[in-house]
Amino acid sequence: MSSAVSVHELRKSYNGLQALRGVSFEIAQGEIFGLLGPNGAGKTTTVEILEGYRERDEGSVTVLGEDPATAGLDWRQRIGVVLQSSSFYDSLTVAENLALFAGYYMRPRPIDELIELVGLEEKRDTLVRSLSGGQRRRLDLGLALVGDPELVFLDEPTTGFDPEARRRAWETIGSLRELGKTILLTTHYLDEAERLSDRVAVLRDGQIVALGHPTELTSTLPATEIHYRRNGQDVVLQTEEPTKVLHELTTEALAAGHELEGLEVRRASLEEVYLALTREERE
Amino acid sequence: MNVFIHELRGEMKLYSRSRELAFFTFMLPLIFFVLLGSVYGSGDKINGYRAADYLLTGMIGYGLIATAFAGLAIVLVIRRENGVLKRLRATPLPAPFYIAAVLLTTLIAFAVMAACLIALGMILFGASFPKAPVSLVATLILGGATFAALGVAITGFIRRAEGASAVINAIYLPVAFISGAFFSQKHFPEVLQKVADVLPLTYFIDLVGDVMLKGTQIWSEPKDVAVILVWGIAGALLALRYFRWVPRED
Repeated sequence: MSSAVSVHELRKSYNGLQALRGVSFEIAQGEIFGLLGPNGAGKTTTVEILEGYRERDEGSVTVLGEDPATAGLDWRQRIGVVLQSSSFYDSLTVAENLALFAGYYMRPRPIDELIELVGLEEKRDTLVRSLSGGQRRRLDLGLALVGDPELVFLDEPTTGFDPEARRRAWETIGSLRELGKTILLTTHYLDEAERLSDRVAVLRDGQIVALGHPTELTSTLPATEIHYRRNGQDVVLQTEEPTKVLHELTTEALAAGHELEGLEVRRASLEEVYLALTREERE
Repeated sequence: MNVFIHELRGEMKLYSRSRELAFFTFMLPLIFFVLLGSVYGSGDKINGYRAADYLLTGMIGYGLIATAFAGLAIVLVIRRENGVLKRLRATPLPAPFYIAAVLLTTLIAFAVMAACLIALGMILFGASFPKAPVSLVATLILGGATFAALGVAITGFIRRAEGASAVINAIYLPVAFISGAFFSQKHFPEVLQKVADVLPLTYFIDLVGDVMLKGTQIWSEPKDVAVILVWGIAGALLALRYFRWVPRED
């Protein structure tokens, strides 16, 4: 099966500053691909080149079989975009905004189905200007899906959400997976990338420094950590052989008849991988 | 074509929902007309016309610059800066359809306002029905297109939504004033008269007077038409060059 998105050696400079320094990745159809990185790493530049908003300097880009720099309106029928900033017609209601944008597409999704999908049933006939930030973001997602696109770009879709709103947004994005959509998600929240993405690329200073399934990435840090408390002191053991070390610890504790307080065994999280990857720089 | 009709309907709905536009660009010329019109006595004359008749031509000019230039420019700057235009670029709505729908909505609003002004003039101040109605319609379209082009052009020179109203008010109010929208320029200092002589609104107001009050046909006034047209073409060229769909980055 052909890729939904194919990026090869993508380069872009602004006023002599290299924002993208040879970025390459592929996104399969139906895949949720997370682009992760600190601010200024080049996430938005990459996404906006793929959306056709910005021109690239070098490299090749194919999105749904076309070059976004020259793709026409037929191509726009097949993509959905959530931009970093929410913007609508404030003097129209939620349903009116969706209906206006639905009219631009050949096969729009039914408005009420969309409203349900993004959880705005109670705000259907509310003017957009009186929605909360989280509700606006959900309407954003609704507008991105109004044309029933094959590929959806989500640029930091949950930035500024409270935990409850984020959980709801994750459910919605998860339900897109069931619809078979291909999704390119940018985020600087690691838990979000880990939770939603099939694969994650970590972008740093315009280059991809890691690419793979979230669990593959965490396996690049070898150690498993064993935490417990002894005599009020926190003890952290890093080991390549967690089974053996844990067995020795528990045997010893059992023999001595004391409890291993706060015992915890865990793999490195994506967060630690990410921090390690984005820290080793500027020597 | 269905998409165009759909977008035009959407734009008309947006226009009708906007209280700011409704008041500043639509109601204000009507209010000024009633207020100023009641100041003049029935025997007063301006530039050889009955004062109320002259004022009617001036208010159509004021309505034109308020609606087609100021109102349009403010709406476009706000939509650009809040990201609506950027969002539209990601949709399959053809850009010419969008622009055409926005411009046509503006022209319709202006046409309705001009009709309201004329009706008010006839009801309140004994104005007569326009003497050359077809030429008047042509004049309104020419003026509407010219000032809309200038309105789109000016958006390229405004950087932020917050300052848009202030900058645009600072342009269109003095222009309306100098062009004789409120009273004759005869008693203006010579410098202002010189300025008035190059402004398109001066020629538009003059042309409206010619076709509406004298009954001259539009083609008998080639100088007025030419000056308006030159400004319109310049505006269109600047609009094509400087109009932006996305906010400037820096």
